[in-house]
Amino acid sequence: MIEFRDLEVTYPNGFKALKGIDLTIPKGQFVVIVGLSGAGKSTLIRTVNHLVPPSNGDVVIDGRSVGDAKRGELRRIRSKIGMIFQTFNLVKRSSVLRNVLAGRLGHVSPLRGLLGLFSKHDLALAHESLRRVGIAEKAWQRADALSGGQQQRVGIARALAQQPEVMLADEPVASLDPPTSHAVMSDLKRISREDGITTLVNLHFIDMAREYADRIVGMRDGVVVFDGTPAEATDQAFEDIYGRPIDVEKDLRGAA
Amino acid sequence: MLPEPAGTPAIPERPAGQRKVAAATLATFVALFVVSAWQTGFSVGDLATGTGDFFRFFGRMVPNWGYLPRVWGPILETLQIAYLGTLFGTALALPLLFLASANTTTDRVTLAVSRSVLTVLRSIPDLLYAALLAPILAIGPLPGVVALTLFSLAVLAKLGSETVEAADPGPMEAVRATGAGRNRVIVYAVVPQVAATMTSYVLYVFEINVRASVIIGLVGAGGIGQDLLARLNFFAYGDVSTIIVVIFVLVLAIDALSVWARSKLI
Repeated sequence: MIEFRDLEVTYPNGFKALKGIDLTIPKGQFVVIVGLSGAGKSTLIRTVNHLVPPSNGDVVIDGRSVGDAKRGELRRIRSKIGMIFQTFNLVKRSSVLRNVLAGRLGHVSPLRGLLGLFSKHDLALAHESLRRVGIAEKAWQRADALSGGQQQRVGIARALAQQPEVMLADEPVASLDPPTSHAVMSDLKRISREDGITTLVNLHFIDMAREYADRIVGMRDGVVVFDGTPAEATDQAFEDIYGRPIDVEKDLRGAA
Repeated sequence: MLPEPAGTPAIPERPAGQRKVAAATLATFVALFVVSAWQTGFSVGDLATGTGDFFRFFGRMVPNWGYLPRVWGPILETLQIAYLGTLFGTALALPLLFLASANTTTDRVTLAVSRSVLTVLRSIPDLLYAALLAPILAIGPLPGVVALTLFSLAVLAKLGSETVEAADPGPMEAVRATGAGRNRVIVYAVVPQVAATMTSYVLYVFEINVRASVIIGLVGAGGIGQDLLARLNFFAYGDVSTIIVVIFVLVLAIDALSVWARSKLI
């Protein structure tokens, strides 16, 4: 369970990205967060693993405060939180396998990690993660030799190798074409179901949010303006989230 | 097809500010040229009259191939000085370049201190290091190795930290998000991004060091430079020519090798 408690984030330049977020996300829920660029979606999911520190309030995961965690404790928390990114954030010149093994870094001793001395168990987990996203045979290729969709699957495999309890996905399909986007979203949803992983996904696309989400959270200017099921997320609701009328034909299919 | 515009619009003028900057830049270059040429007494006439002396001197520069066997020892020492200087310099630069990069070192004091150390090291030319160190460490290859170590360290740490700071921050964020600490983030997300470029810089610095180790020999830091100076002082121009030919061939060979190796890296 993830609890956001009166969470506020003000960046050093004075920009208030989050203005008091209160949300409780039960274990295993697949939550899609929608909103315009700059609404605070990326900031919100980065507070879960403390890549962005809160200025006020706290994030509590299974009763453990992320804000109060010391360095070692924070690394343990992070090791159980997988994260995937819009631009995949793979190390392009490294092999696919080495990228996925990076997901084990939080689970092995620092020295073993630095020297790359991964156990058979770690290697097996890495290969199993690649198999689950359907690219087992790509393990020894360089990451930049793969297509965008395959690279995002490597990103998912890296997160899976962590054996995560929470998965954070920051615009995971914004750099992909529509069919690939659906394939990646299906993978995320399936894995969330199979492993009971609590998943937070930032999305631009309204139709995808409705299709995959258990729950949709709408954000505008750093506050939650909508929180409900996909059935409740009507066009009217989205107009409130985006703060302007939606032309269904133009906005839904384009880059809303 | 776009419709024809009604009436030709006026071509916009380049802003006056930009034109002033261009004019000022040109004026600065011309002024510096005039002042430099006048104060150094640079004269095309002297260059022309000097040509005769040059050819007479050149006539005495026929290589004395009998001296060749005595070149190999010192030239090997020159290569060894360059190699050791590059090796030690690289070893010292590797930790320092991460301490001097803003994206791998967040502590401001550490960052400022390591950058200042590098700036001071870099501000002293290798020839000066050798000249200062030769009397302290005794004439010979040791001051040469230390001088080139300091020079390589300063150059590689500077170039390296610039490369590290230009690295894509995305992979670093991703590896940090898995629960890895700073050193593991560097090893997994930064090193693979900069390794090829850094290796190329190391080869380039070795190239420079081979040339530099000839020069620093002139101030007593070992190698072929020391012999070169001695033969010059004895007016043994034939021997000097032999040494120069060998240096020429060696530098060409090292350059070609280094260029080839670097082309394989990227």
